[in-house]
Amino acid sequence: MNNFKVLINGIVKENPTFVLLLGMCPTLGTTSSAINGMGMGLATAFVLICSNVAISAIKNLVPDMVRIPAFVVVIASFVTVLQMLMQAYVPDLYAKLGLFIPLIVVNCILLGRAEAFASKNGPVPSFFDGLGIGLGFTIALTLLGAVRELLGTGRIFDMQVYPEEYGMLTFVLAPGAFIALGFLIAIVNRLKKA
Amino acid sequence: MANKLIVSLSPHVHGGDTVSKNMYGVLIALIPAFIVSIAVFGVGAFIVTLTSVAACIFFEWAITKYILKRDKTTILDGSAALTGVLLAFNLPSNFPIWMIIIGALVAIGVGKMTFGGLGCNVFNPALIGRVFLLISFPVAMTSWPQTGQYDLYTDAVTGATPLALMKSAMHGDATALQQLPDALSLFLGNNPGSLGEVSALALLIGLAYMLWKKIITWHIPVSIILTVFVFSGIMHLVNPETYAGPVVHILTGGLMLGAIFMATDYVTSPMSHKGMIIYGIGIGFLTVVIRLFGAYPEGMSFAILIMNAFTPLINTYFKPKKFGEAKTK
Amino acid sequence: MKKLESSLKNMLLCLAVITIVSGGLLALVNEKTKGPIEEANKQTLQAGLKEVIPDFDNNPAEDTASVVINGQTYIVYKAYKGGQSAGAAVESSAGGFGGDLKVLVGFDNDGKITNYRLLAHSETPGLGSKADTWFKKGGKGDITGMSPADGPLTVSKDGGQIDAITASTITSRAFLNAVNSAYAAYMQQAGQSVPADAVSGASIKSDN
Repeated sequence: MNNFKVLINGIVKENPTFVLLLGMCPTLGTTSSAINGMGMGLATAFVLICSNVAISAIKNLVPDMVRIPAFVVVIASFVTVLQMLMQAYVPDLYAKLGLFIPLIVVNCILLGRAEAFASKNGPVPSFFDGLGIGLGFTIALTLLGAVRELLGTGRIFDMQVYPEEYGMLTFVLAPGAFIALGFLIAIVNRLKKA
Repeated sequence: MANKLIVSLSPHVHGGDTVSKNMYGVLIALIPAFIVSIAVFGVGAFIVTLTSVAACIFFEWAITKYILKRDKTTILDGSAALTGVLLAFNLPSNFPIWMIIIGALVAIGVGKMTFGGLGCNVFNPALIGRVFLLISFPVAMTSWPQTGQYDLYTDAVTGATPLALMKSAMHGDATALQQLPDALSLFLGNNPGSLGEVSALALLIGLAYMLWKKIITWHIPVSIILTVFVFSGIMHLVNPETYAGPVVHILTGGLMLGAIFMATDYVTSPMSHKGMIIYGIGIGFLTVVIRLFGAYPEGMSFAILIMNAFTPLINTYFKPKKFGEAKTK
Repeated sequence: MKKLESSLKNMLLCLAVITIVSGGLLALVNEKTKGPIEEANKQTLQAGLKEVIPDFDNNPAEDTASVVINGQTYIVYKAYKGGQSAGAAVESSAGGFGGDLKVLVGFDNDGKITNYRLLAHSETPGLGSKADTWFKKGGKGDITGMSPADGPLTVSKDGGQIDAITASTITSRAFLNAVNSAYAAYMQQAGQSVPADAVSGASIKSDN
């Protein structure tokens, strides 16, 4: 598989949200608006790329029996680095995403890709895998956030499309996340069949 | 027809019951409540019910034809019309038309058709529509017009429902319970509230009709009402100043409507009598818990939806006896 | 390169090295971001103070006093202009519908509310979250120019003069509680006797 294929694979064929159904907690929790979804997706993508490269670089130095704790330490370090960087340079976004940033540690996409891809491939393909899956996650979250924001508040990326009184509040709240995600997955499956 | 032998699965004896016969039976049973709602809220009740029924039938038709691409349409079996009436009966009489259409779309589209249509839905479609509207438009769904404004629709004056008064009593408003209407007026239905919930009497007439026609059995309504009576009675005895009495609880809000018409939906309620009683007790208990301790004044719709989710589990443990089956040791 | 064997020595060594390297990396990043994080926090506070107090030329963030009422600590940021007192901003909080509601309230010298800023909240989006503009000038429940000195601020449902946020009475009550107790803290800090009903009102309300 060449690197380009790996990249596209992460965005389309193995899209973490619409196909693998991984990382549902941040997917449902942070997508109340398009910008929040995108921020969360990019934050996860950053950690994913870093951890994928680092893990594939050290994969032969890590004995099999301790690979999970080793991977978790690597992922947790990158998440903490990200958390401090966001606090310093994008405090507004950090305040909005709040608890979900440290929770990236337990996002199964990260450990999943570490186990399934990075620990079997070299750093370069792992980088592209991280980029592809990360972008796929970002696109999915942005899309979900945009749908929820549009239906819930009448805005897209904070731009008013129709008056807010006509917004359906459910979509901003948790139940709307489930409904919107369900229908988006249905639409994606339908499009893939066609 | 050369071949006269028809091979089919059991049952071979048909009782003559059909889906549409039962659905129209329930619709007939809802007529008294509809008459009362027009007598109490006037033109608004009429507009809301008509819009809701029309929208539900339209979405059922459009979805089966264009999205599911089925040849046979199901709009004539009466189930979509019933969903429409039940949805309308859960709305205030000044509810804007476009919101009703969204509610109907969610009820039919999300609550029923995504699962595959009648018989496959896990939750009561009308309640899905109602809860969606309640969460989406909390302001419109919680301002109830006062009674007797026959010619006003969306500009009708609103007032507090008995349940809202009961909730503010729990938040420390000492005089709220005294403002409650007396039991007789609650029974007859001269209060602010949603279309179908105001008159317990009209709903009980509907219950009597359905029991007489054997459309439903007594198990679900009676177990719900008894549970609410006992549980709210205990709470009332513990603290009569904050918790209203059991009779008031039974007569207010959507309790009668829910117990008689919503909880008894064939598709989403258990099949055996034992199962029905457990289901009813669960609904009654959850309703009182939400009313007394929850954030919303009314808990009936949430309670029914929660117990809908338990129905498959109840059916697993309380299977109806098969026809002709003997007790084995 | 061959994969290392899972012997005890290898495992210990591997985990030790990884943790040491991560620890070092974190220490480095922490050192580098410490300054910017502090700067960002300071800027948030400064922006808040500028918004709620109309006119000052000192740095209220460095001229603070903390007041303890009923076991809760309030921070009062004192503002001056040309050496004269120009009111103060008080950081206060109350239990809302979804969690604690933190608000920065500005008062002028007469104890009138000049403006406020919602610092943190976990209210329902689209309902209780409207508190960030609802009570401001031009909002439906405008509280600017009012003073809790004339009795604690309450929503009209509780017999007060302020319109609650539609369908969010609990949030509105919590918000006004926070404002009332901010006023009590401001008065106590200024050394004036607090009208008895303002304080008791605040404490009773916070029990609801």
